[in-house]
Amino acid sequence: MGDHKDTEKENKGKKNKTDWGLLMRFLKGSLHLFIFGIITSAVVSLADMISPQIIRMAIDNAIAGLEPDLAPWVMNIVNFFGGFSYLGRNLWIMALAIVVVAAVRAISQYATQVLNNKASEKLVKRMRDMLFTHIEHLPFSWHMKNHTGDIIQRCTSDVDKVKKFVSEQLTNVIRIVVLLVLSLYFMFSMNVALTFVAVSTVPITLGYVLIFGRKLHASFEVCDETEGVVSAMVQENLTGVRVVRAFAGERHELDRFLDKNGYYCSLWMRMGTLLARFFTVQDVLSMLQVMLVIVVGSVMCVKGSMTAGDLVAFITYNAMLAWPIRRLGRMLVEMSQADVSINRIAYIMSSEVEKEDPEATDAPMDGRIVFEHVNFAYENCPRILHDINFSIEPGTTLGILGATGSGKSTLMLLLDKLYDLPEGCGRITVGGTDIRKIRTEHLRDNISMVLQEPFLFSRSIADNIGITREEISLSDIREAARTACLDDNVEGFAKGYDTFVGERGVTLSGGQKQRAAIARALTKNAPIMIFDDSLSAVDTETDSRIRAALEERFGTATIILISHRLTTLSKADKVIILENGRIAEEGAPDVLKTSGGIYQKIYELQNGIDSDRTGKEEAHG
Amino acid sequence: MDKDKQKVKLPLFGIPKMAPLLKKYRKSLFLIVFTILVFTAADLAAPVLQRYALNHFVGEGRLDTMAVFIIIYLVDIAIFGAAGYFNVKVCLNTEVQMDRDMRNKAFEHLQKLSLDYYSQNSVGYIHSRVMSDTSRIGETLTWNLCDTVFFILEILGSIAVMMYYNVRLTLLVLIIVPVIAVIYALFQGKLVKLHRQIREINSNITGNFNEGIVGARTIKSLVIEDKIGRDFTDETGNMYKKSMKQARMKGALSALTTLATSAALAIVLWKGGVIAASEVGTFSLFMTYARGLMDPVSILVDCLSLFIAGKVNIERYTNLIEKEPTVTDSVEVTEKYGDCFEPKMENWEELKGDIEFDNVDFRYPDGEEYVLKDFNLKIPFGTNIAIVGETGAGKSTLVNLICRFYEPTNGRILVDGKDIRERSQLWMHSSLGYVLQTPHLFSGTIRENLLYGRPDATEDEMMQAIRQVSAESIIEKLEKGLDSDVGEGGDMLSAGEKQLICLARAILADPKIMILDEATASVDTLTEQKIQNAVDTVIKGRTSFVIAHRLSTVRGADVILVVDGGRIVEQGSHSELMAKGGYYHNLWMRQFEEDTVNSVFNSDTIKKEEEE
Repeated sequence: MGDHKDTEKENKGKKNKTDWGLLMRFLKGSLHLFIFGIITSAVVSLADMISPQIIRMAIDNAIAGLEPDLAPWVMNIVNFFGGFSYLGRNLWIMALAIVVVAAVRAISQYATQVLNNKASEKLVKRMRDMLFTHIEHLPFSWHMKNHTGDIIQRCTSDVDKVKKFVSEQLTNVIRIVVLLVLSLYFMFSMNVALTFVAVSTVPITLGYVLIFGRKLHASFEVCDETEGVVSAMVQENLTGVRVVRAFAGERHELDRFLDKNGYYCSLWMRMGTLLARFFTVQDVLSMLQVMLVIVVGSVMCVKGSMTAGDLVAFITYNAMLAWPIRRLGRMLVEMSQADVSINRIAYIMSSEVEKEDPEATDAPMDGRIVFEHVNFAYENCPRILHDINFSIEPGTTLGILGATGSGKSTLMLLLDKLYDLPEGCGRITVGGTDIRKIRTEHLRDNISMVLQEPFLFSRSIADNIGITREEISLSDIREAARTACLDDNVEGFAKGYDTFVGERGVTLSGGQKQRAAIARALTKNAPIMIFDDSLSAVDTETDSRIRAALEERFGTATIILISHRLTTLSKADKVIILENGRIAEEGAPDVLKTSGGIYQKIYELQNGIDSDRTGKEEAHG
Repeated sequence: MDKDKQKVKLPLFGIPKMAPLLKKYRKSLFLIVFTILVFTAADLAAPVLQRYALNHFVGEGRLDTMAVFIIIYLVDIAIFGAAGYFNVKVCLNTEVQMDRDMRNKAFEHLQKLSLDYYSQNSVGYIHSRVMSDTSRIGETLTWNLCDTVFFILEILGSIAVMMYYNVRLTLLVLIIVPVIAVIYALFQGKLVKLHRQIREINSNITGNFNEGIVGARTIKSLVIEDKIGRDFTDETGNMYKKSMKQARMKGALSALTTLATSAALAIVLWKGGVIAASEVGTFSLFMTYARGLMDPVSILVDCLSLFIAGKVNIERYTNLIEKEPTVTDSVEVTEKYGDCFEPKMENWEELKGDIEFDNVDFRYPDGEEYVLKDFNLKIPFGTNIAIVGETGAGKSTLVNLICRFYEPTNGRILVDGKDIRERSQLWMHSSLGYVLQTPHLFSGTIRENLLYGRPDATEDEMMQAIRQVSAESIIEKLEKGLDSDVGEGGDMLSAGEKQLICLARAILADPKIMILDEATASVDTLTEQKIQNAVDTVIKGRTSFVIAHRLSTVRGADVILVVDGGRIVEQGSHSELMAKGGYYHNLWMRQFEEDTVNSVFNSDTIKKEEEE
């Protein structure tokens, strides 16, 4: 399992850069919404800029009656409403103007929020859907190679981080820049000298946030890690509660926890000092800046180089400057994180999906199955199959016997194309067609495989059995369940077929799960059926009942049985015996029984135990 | 698990429940409130200073008091900075200390709770109470408290200052405040509900990812990739719909706030313009406050809603720490033998190892049916009991009773002739060895794990235990020997190796009673043989209970108890049960088949290798 890290390294080696192309693919369908959102948010910023202007005009020109120094088009608007002196007597018009601007702002603000959310939710949905579909179509070998928890983390928290990055950071960057530019434009147009005074502290604030923010970020990571340790300790204590109690380890556990928890707390206390300093420095800096502007501005007003109204408006713009500058610094720190997330997602999306030969066809699947000179090894593992040759006539049953790890299941994985048999490693044919030339979906549709450890979905029993078909009636489901000897059990549940698998309190026994998986496989009506040690959890009696029912309903199907139970295998037309990846014996069970080989030994042992019942074995010891 | 759902009415957001904690940190809490008061005062002073500057310097055109003004302003900034600094620091420190205390208390309590609590509640469920609920409570009691005080003060302060300058205008502005509050109150409930639904869907989606990955082989061989994919898309579509609903609501909320704020501004301009001519500064100040008033109101509503949300966390937390253990030692017993943290070992009698079930009836606290009825069994010291049955058949019931993880519903369990309840739980546990089916190692070194069995074991004793289970090769293989880290949950070791270390740990403890839940994990033949030998060593000369999945242990057992559907269905020695040809015979058959196949192949392989 360790090799997934190597693949990732390789992957990283190939593309060290952020996969922006992938991001653009994800953004399809939401990009225009993000852009509209940015436009409406620019309107919001603009409205924010305009209302102080109206107030300024009200104070300076309409009330105080100062000579207006305004752009001609602004004067045109003012004159349209009757000029400043008229407005001074009818202040409600200017009040109304504020409300109108506010209404425009409110609408744009609403539009911004909705658009931005719509875009980001669409983005998340698209990312998740694409990831899920992609993962489902990745080869089985990929699934074996990568850790579930790791993939899930990439699909959940990394997706969230990318969403946050796009919807908050990327759009905010633009908004902040607009705000900054507009504020500065107005400030400059009112008073150049004072603007220079106002922005003089910007480099200090920005620099401080950047340098210190990075440090803080590192400390946060240490805290997070330690929290992980505390959390894992609780988890361990809870899962190991029986061991703790049985070894009377309560005191010991408590001491360990107090220790770890105390350390975690002390880390945060130190963090507290850092954070307090971080915030305080920024607060003090921005307050100093405001003071500076007021002091210098006042002096300017007294000296006559600035009007009172200008100063009031200037102070308002100046207040608007403080927030974006603080934000900008923090954003630059956070941006590097999104980078990592995009690359982690790109690792999944750039893995290659199952390949399909373009000439693959839907060849008939009810023919002879032949394994010819099949050799196989898993990646970085010693060879597991050596020159396997055997055939199964249509409608017959093949039994496979072998020790744990002898390669029985591998044979079935290859037949179902869950692992691809590489070129030059022999071939597997069905009805004479190489399975490499059979469309994968078609091939799998025609093979029912039941695994030793069945996987059931967290849905109702009915949904689980009927999951292979789009539409399936309850009677079909029950019929399959009856063949699998499950119907009686399910009828015994309070909710019957609607019983939810995995719901608290209702647990299916191992045998019931296996029979549910068998019933599910039966609904496929496939001409080839594989039972990979899947009858082991049921007793001999149910085992033979199921096989009899199968025989009756699916007499024409080709069946492959993997089992340790010779009574099960004895009904097969042919049995092959796998030993260390080679076929050691092959033949009809009746012949093998007396051939003096492995089969006979096992047969005698397993039958010998049967005589134990009659007490004969007592004599042996 | 639904116990939390029965709504306990907690007054005042459940905060009185937290009284002991609040009392302990009352000084810090006082400091938080004090610093925030100073902070707010300094914050509110700034606009007043600005007004002075505009009125005095700009209005009157005099710069005479500039030096004093700058000094006062700087002092204000200094006070503001200092108060802010201490506020953040104290707030954060108090928060993490509260978290620490709550978690310690919860953890300590969990060590005392009986096993039924653990079987009724999932690990994730308990875990989130210890970790996330506590951190939410800590946050609510410090930061949220702080914010609430700050914004209340800011609102009151602003109103006071505005009143001072112009009562009529202030009252006009204040009309808007209740409007905003009402709007928020209306939206809040719905938003909280939506938020919960979205989180629910979100965890479903994570679950779907999990299923899609873990079930890959099944999905592929059933060719249902598309179907599963469609169901997934439906779920994400549902998420999209709910999120958009939330977004629209939030958008409307903030748009309405903006409108209300601007309405206040318009009123000030319309009615207040007249005072502007003479007092530019006052007007500017008024505008600043009117604008600044609206944000605090909406944030205050948010703060209050956090208190409401925090109530749920307090409920969940207090339910945990107020949960009474169902198995408890009587007062007299605790007095004599001590409790699980402070045992009085000097009073402990030595345990001999005779056990007797005397007319025991048992029913799980959350179950309805009796799984044991009139059960009688005498187990003299040294008896080897095997318990067999299918997975999930209820094999651990007897073990649970012997460990006193549960108590009999009726009847008695006698240990050395005395009722098990007459001695403390820890006394019983100290004489037990227990090896679980899934071997459980704690993260740390092998040494630490071994010492778990006996804290005062010497190096020699540890190595001897290791040798007894033939695990010396594991130790030799590791670079740091006994001091090698086993990783989280022992993940650095293989399943078989973990099992051997667990057995060594049990041997080291040298218990009179040994309980073994055999491993089902697949291990290679050699390791399996080692484990088998180790098990034989471990149970020798002790009273033992083996929950068996393998045959060989069962065969030699003095008594075999066969369990099905939670009840003991057969009881006897191996030959007796085989002769009976019942359930046991069937189980035996099945396992024997697999074993024979493997053993024949193995001997065959070995022979071949020898020939070569």
